[in-house]
Amino acid sequence: MTLSEEELAEERTGPGPARAAPPSRLRVVTGRFFASRQGRLGFAVLAVLVALACAGPLFSPWAYTDKDFLAFLRPPSAAHWFGTSQTGADVYAMTLRGMRRSLLVGLLAALVSTALAALVGAFAGYFLGWTDRVLSRLTDLLLVLPAFLILAIMSPLFGAGQWPLFVLMLALFLWMVTSKITRGMTISLKQREFVQAARYMGVPPMKIIFSHVLPNLSSLLIVDATLNVSAAILTETSLSYFGFGIQPPDVSLGTLIADGSRTAVYAPWTFWFAAGLLVITVLAVNLVGDALRDAFDPTARRSR
Amino acid sequence: MAGFLARRLLGSVLLVAVAASLAYLLAAGALDPRANYADRTPKPPPAVVDARLTELNLNDRTPLLRRYLTWAGGVLHGDFGRSVTGTPVGEDLARRAGVTFRLVLLGLVCGSVLGVLCGAYAAVRQYGWFDRLSTAAAFVLLAVPVVVLANGAILAGTWANDQVFGHRVLLVGGEYTAGLDAGFWGSLLDRLRHLALPTITLSLGLIAVFSRYQRTMMLDVLGADFIRTAMAKGLSRRRALIRHGLRTALIPVVTYFAFTTGALLTGATFTEKIFGWHGLGERLISSIFTNDVNTVAAIACLAAVAVLCASFAADALHALLDPRVLDARVRGAG
Repeated sequence: MTLSEEELAEERTGPGPARAAPPSRLRVVTGRFFASRQGRLGFAVLAVLVALACAGPLFSPWAYTDKDFLAFLRPPSAAHWFGTSQTGADVYAMTLRGMRRSLLVGLLAALVSTALAALVGAFAGYFLGWTDRVLSRLTDLLLVLPAFLILAIMSPLFGAGQWPLFVLMLALFLWMVTSKITRGMTISLKQREFVQAARYMGVPPMKIIFSHVLPNLSSLLIVDATLNVSAAILTETSLSYFGFGIQPPDVSLGTLIADGSRTAVYAPWTFWFAAGLLVITVLAVNLVGDALRDAFDPTARRSR
Repeated sequence: MAGFLARRLLGSVLLVAVAASLAYLLAAGALDPRANYADRTPKPPPAVVDARLTELNLNDRTPLLRRYLTWAGGVLHGDFGRSVTGTPVGEDLARRAGVTFRLVLLGLVCGSVLGVLCGAYAAVRQYGWFDRLSTAAAFVLLAVPVVVLANGAILAGTWANDQVFGHRVLLVGGEYTAGLDAGFWGSLLDRLRHLALPTITLSLGLIAVFSRYQRTMMLDVLGADFIRTAMAKGLSRRRALIRHGLRTALIPVVTYFAFTTGALLTGATFTEKIFGWHGLGERLISSIFTNDVNTVAAIACLAAVAVLCASFAADALHALLDPRVLDARVRGAG
């Protein structure tokens, strides 16, 4: 939909009070999102995966902690849909459980990191001066520190059941670049009339940031949060692969891939189900993020 | 200009110092070298363990601040302390940096050159079959984590050895065959056979990123006036695209290249670990498992230096290719 068509549509639906509700920004963006093929595809795949991760374990007689001592390293069969691992654990149950954990970690880490990026960037850009200097230094420092190293050092703290702490640490190393962009955009937003007007009317700075600045950055932040999900999932996988992330007895896709890669040559099912699902998940999240970006800013599409 | 550079340099040095100190304090606080002696048989007497740890500046009974000052004093003199086994950290890391360099160099060159070419070609033939294919491939590759890619490469290599070549052509694990005596060409071939799979792993990811990046930049440039002018002047489309289009589109990509190079120094961790190359990245992981505080801090310091050098190099290259940047910066800095 081009801009002129949109205006036409707005005019047509706008004046009549009894007609359908006027096209809100949300509805326009949703419409554009589902009009694109990659948006539909990514959303559908993601929905299926989430449904599978939540409801899938209910259909299997095995729990992820169960061991079948009559079947070690068996290929997929009617009893074990994805086969069994070296210890006799059901790969189907473990993979779904791992996917649930990975999805949860990815979503939460992305939310926390985007919120952090928005706050730090908006505060630095709005107040400038010393606030900006301190926050920008902090951002630079975290950019320079090797995230993998710090997360790995902290790994003894992420013992069993401590995964929320892991999520927080993961988020702590994902927000820097976005916060720099947010800062730049806040500085330019601050010059706009509506922010100036609010300031001269005596609206407190906190209220300006939360009700005028941040809502105007929402499109950037939403897209960023989506893409952060895939970044968080990939980081989590890599850390867990080396034993620095999710700790046993809990499983994630990373720990499953690590275990599976040892037996992958003669028992491919221990590796490829987890690896395949991980790739599909990240791919779907990336597709959704890309489609969202196009939906928020249709003019950007042509240059990409 | 000199003042601007000096101020930036000072800021960077401070940033490295803070980052390295923070990494040391974190590592010294979280890692426990004493645990290394706990499950040795026969169990060494506590006094001996204490003496050894103090000698290595790893004793957790010394106050953290004093340990930090000893370490920082050493670093200022270029001494990164000693590892848990008593070997100097600096020497070990210097040797390993060489290994990492040999591993990353070929992958980086292959990845960036092929990526740029793919992206440029895809942009020129926008929405052609190559564009669609490379876009889809890049999307899939960007979703594959390095651990899966590396393990996939190993599996594919094993399969190719069995089914295609009939004997072991592609070697998995290590940098070269130990004790091989085959003259210069023989050992070079041996090294290449070891290098093939890790290089493919490294370059595939880079090709995906670089081709996306280059395609975007190239598309921006293609519609620009100066391309039209160049063609109006009588240059063929091919010449105009290569001489004027590609060169302009390369500017932001060069910036990205510098950052990638800096990050890959320690970022090849997964590739190194999985293919058994004894480089910096592998040391990073093993040093955490062996509670090797000094090595961890040294690697963190090195990584910070690498990132800042890369950002300097990126700025310099950018200014070199695009004179407007330099003018704006110098004026902006006053």
